[in-house]
Amino acid sequence: MFENPLIYFVVIPLLMLGGLALCKNIKQIRAVAVAGSVALIGLSVWLLVDYLAKRAGGATDPMLYVDSWMWFEPLNIHLAVGVDGISIAMLLLSSIIVFAGSFASWQISDPKAFFLWLILLSTGVFGFFISIDLFTMFMFYEVALIPMYLLIGVWGSGNKNYSAMKLTLMLMGGSAFLMLGLIGIYYHSAPEGGQLTWNILDIVKNDAIPHGWQSFLFPMTFVGFGVLGAMFPFHTWSPDGHASAPTAVSMLHAGVLMKLGGYGCFRVAIYLMPYAANELAWIFLVLTGISVVYGAFSACVQTDLKYINAYSSVSHCGMVLFAILMLNTTAMTGAIMQMLSHGLMTALFFALIGMIYGRTHTRDIRLMGGLMKIMPFLAVCYVIAGMASLGLPGLSGFVAEMTIFVGSFQHTDMFHRVFTIAACAAIVITAVYILRVVGKLLFGPVQDKHHLELTDATWWERTSTVTLIICVAAIGCFPNFFNELINFTFSPEIFKVIGLN
Amino acid sequence: MEITLPLLILCIPLFNFLLLGIGGYKMSHKMACIIGVAGMGITAILSYTVALTYFFSGNELFQTAVDGGVERLQYVVFNVDWLAFTDHLVIKLGFLLDPISAMMLVVITTISFMVHLYSRGYMEGERGFQRYYAFLSLFSFSMLGLVVATNIFQMYIFWELVGASSYLLIGFYYQRHSAVSASKKAFIVTRFADLGFLIGILILSFYTDTFDFQTLTNNPGAVLASTGGATFMGASVLTWALVLIYMGGMGKSAMMPLHIWLPDAMEGPTPVSALIHAATMVVAGVYLVARMFPIYMVEGSATMVVAVVGAITAFYAAMVACTQVDIKRVLAFSTISQIAFMMVSLGVASLGHSEVCHHGLGYMASMFHLFTHAMFKALLFLGAGALIHAVHSNDYTAMGGLRKYMPITHITFLIGCLAIAGIPPFSGFFSKDEILSAAYAWSPYMGIWMTIVAAMTAFYMFRLYYLIFWWKDPDYGHHTPHDPPMTMGIPLIFLAAVSCVAGFIPFGHFVTWDRMPYEIHLDTVIAVSSVVIALLAIGLATVMYRRENSIPTKVKNMLPALWDWCYHRFYWDELYMFITHKIIFNSVCRPIAWFDRHIIDGTMDMFATVTNKTSWAIRSLQSGQIQSYVLIYLLGAIILGVITVMAVM
Repeated sequence: MFENPLIYFVVIPLLMLGGLALCKNIKQIRAVAVAGSVALIGLSVWLLVDYLAKRAGGATDPMLYVDSWMWFEPLNIHLAVGVDGISIAMLLLSSIIVFAGSFASWQISDPKAFFLWLILLSTGVFGFFISIDLFTMFMFYEVALIPMYLLIGVWGSGNKNYSAMKLTLMLMGGSAFLMLGLIGIYYHSAPEGGQLTWNILDIVKNDAIPHGWQSFLFPMTFVGFGVLGAMFPFHTWSPDGHASAPTAVSMLHAGVLMKLGGYGCFRVAIYLMPYAANELAWIFLVLTGISVVYGAFSACVQTDLKYINAYSSVSHCGMVLFAILMLNTTAMTGAIMQMLSHGLMTALFFALIGMIYGRTHTRDIRLMGGLMKIMPFLAVCYVIAGMASLGLPGLSGFVAEMTIFVGSFQHTDMFHRVFTIAACAAIVITAVYILRVVGKLLFGPVQDKHHLELTDATWWERTSTVTLIICVAAIGCFPNFFNELINFTFSPEIFKVIGLN
Repeated sequence: MEITLPLLILCIPLFNFLLLGIGGYKMSHKMACIIGVAGMGITAILSYTVALTYFFSGNELFQTAVDGGVERLQYVVFNVDWLAFTDHLVIKLGFLLDPISAMMLVVITTISFMVHLYSRGYMEGERGFQRYYAFLSLFSFSMLGLVVATNIFQMYIFWELVGASSYLLIGFYYQRHSAVSASKKAFIVTRFADLGFLIGILILSFYTDTFDFQTLTNNPGAVLASTGGATFMGASVLTWALVLIYMGGMGKSAMMPLHIWLPDAMEGPTPVSALIHAATMVVAGVYLVARMFPIYMVEGSATMVVAVVGAITAFYAAMVACTQVDIKRVLAFSTISQIAFMMVSLGVASLGHSEVCHHGLGYMASMFHLFTHAMFKALLFLGAGALIHAVHSNDYTAMGGLRKYMPITHITFLIGCLAIAGIPPFSGFFSKDEILSAAYAWSPYMGIWMTIVAAMTAFYMFRLYYLIFWWKDPDYGHHTPHDPPMTMGIPLIFLAAVSCVAGFIPFGHFVTWDRMPYEIHLDTVIAVSSVVIALLAIGLATVMYRRENSIPTKVKNMLPALWDWCYHRFYWDELYMFITHKIIFNSVCRPIAWFDRHIIDGTMDMFATVTNKTSWAIRSLQSGQIQSYVLIYLLGAIILGVITVMAVM
């Protein structure tokens, strides 16, 4: 079992949990968190390099490092692992955000419990991305969701009990749909008389889910994952949840957890049920199209920094699902790039907001102004994050959005065209709300004289933000690397739905 | 050609940006300045080398002999894949060398170097001096990348980057409200225009399956054919694509109705206005149309849009320029008007079939004017900077009689005014004459219209000149204005010298639409008549503004409504304010946000509340009292019994 490298993505966080339990003071806790997340980054980078070498060596399987261990025989549940370029990109993203998040919560109160829950959450995230067995995948998904309730409820701010409850209940509601969908898939996973299976690769190989069932199970799973991907109208947990969550939790949640939704949508809903996806994509295209525009418009009038960002996430994550539903190689590749891009820049945004909030004790943009003069480092980082968000070339947002637009435009019918152009128009609105915040918060005269005494970023805050900025710029400057890593999976041979078009 | 020089042209400014941006705060002002100026100086030398090699080396890479002369070739120095969307749709980053890109290299690096030098004096002691030089380097990098783009998407990338550097530089004095809102406005307006550009690119690339300029422009007939006659809402898709792409150009080049950001952009430091908002970035729209000119040529209706929008803008901006008080605003509107000249020239280029007129004359004229305008408008802006530096105000009301105090500024500014007014032998005369010839060849009405605008140009420029340097003799007290230091003086003198001689460049030898050199010649009738009209306009300005008198007030009182409209720029800003604030912000965003919080979220909350209420309601059923359970049990038993009995009966 331990010769498969993927299993270490779960083992390392578990070891970290053990280590944290033994820690006696904050220094040890920090050491464990940093060492563990560095190890995770190292592992992801190694995996990336090794994966590319294997692909260059001619490996053409849809997934590599595939392995499976029986867990519960009566229902044929396995712990099955395997990755392709997309999962690797997600693993890399998650490990970077855990790393940056650890630095961002350098001075959290009650660090031991906080980090325990945070690492448990990441165990779920990593487990989810390496799993190819639907049941274990779902289990890890739930492992990632539950700690959120405590993290917000205990370490949060503002109306935290309400937010924690709302977030958890809505996501649980989504999970209920999802569970139904997954069980439905299981019972149709093999042809008459065959061995039923949870394994994604086997299900695709069998291709046995009847079309009639697909049109029932596809919406179930898509909505189930879509709730976590902040799909309209199931997105309202996001503004409240993010506003109340502590910094690192917001970072992890918006940066990684919301990606679980998008990832699940294509890995389960579309990959396993291509016929229904092709038939029913338009319904969800309307919903996600609304998300994109609606999120952007809502963000324009918010006054709380976290609300602005939460709505901006609704818009950007809407773009992910929107692009996935375009069902062609280019747009779907763009969707994954958008996930990476959004994950990094939202994490950066939430980190910065947390740092600003930690100093000024307010997130209301009407009460702040001229921070550029007071905390130039944080302000410059905020401008860079904003530029990434509004799609400045050289940063990650641009390449992701352009790939999506070019891909979406390959559809010739009026319906897709209208939605594509509406999505393009959303980037103008993005510019409006980003520049509004930047202009109000960072520029202009200093609003509150007390703010003049505040200090700029500390070294751990700098580490956190600079790491994220470097990653954002790396994607923005060398997009083709990621493009090629991702789009292998989105070929008609592997992703049947693309061939259907 | 070696790849090194062109690559360095792009890399040096980029490197300087990163160096000054990241390490700048640790440097002294002097150090930052030396790095900036030296870097730009080297870039300028390299660009000159590349451009001169291209035009004069006679290398077979750059030109080939055809019957009746030579044809200059487009040469791709390098072109690497950056992002592959599909097999054919690939964004490449490359370096395309052809007559217009070589010319632009010269223009950009010359002006940029002058501005770098000038800023040494102008920005002395400013907070954020290093940041300023970092942004200038970023801008130079982006602009150079834009002009050498080998494909339309590369152009779009750098197009966005120049927009961002413009945003950063306009908002350089970030503690001023006006600067912040001006930068925001500039970014959002151009961003909106870029939406059109982007959709245009998407349409064009969808049908042609390529982004590459050479593939597109070398065979425009194939582009036309590839659309297969598809139409949308009555116009062919190619027209749509080209008009939308032109919309991007309208935003950057401040054509009506997307011009509103440029006057406000004057909030930036004056050298920035000279570089970005007069000489280089704002002509990007013209450059874009010129770059895609062969395609515009096959699509007459798109060209018509270019010409008409240009003509209206030119007239509008000239009218507004006649009434402005802020000298930088006058220059800004003058820039809008002059860029519109170039647009008109491109718009009328394809139909110049008359005998006297070389086919595509307007194209050459437009590029010629772009070149000369960059020089004299940068000169005027830098001159304005020297004036503002001296009197610490942007308004002409704070100036007057300055010719005595600032002789160098005075002479150079006068040269700039003569050049823009179109008085021989200054450069503007030659290029404007070509434009007018092209316009007359297209349609006499267009010719007359543009001649009127040219006369207005002469009038408002000399109005400005007299109001600054003559008009009255105010008492400047202890702060006697004086000429700027040499770092600022040298750029003025240099640019003035260029403005004197640039008109004699045989431009037709270098830049033509088909890249075939030809001899340009003046159209005597048009030249003489336009000079006479310009002189009359200058005479009128002299009468009205040379000495302090009441004629201007009388004129103003004669036409109060017209003056009001011009002074308030025809209320465009108010209209935009209304649309963005009242309609979009208050009638779209707010209701949506409210809807989200109260209807969507309300529904979700309602599920929770209903569940909660229901549990409370049925809670009493689980009271734990045996008596009530027994009662209910008995009631149930009786009801069942009754039902059974009735059923049996």
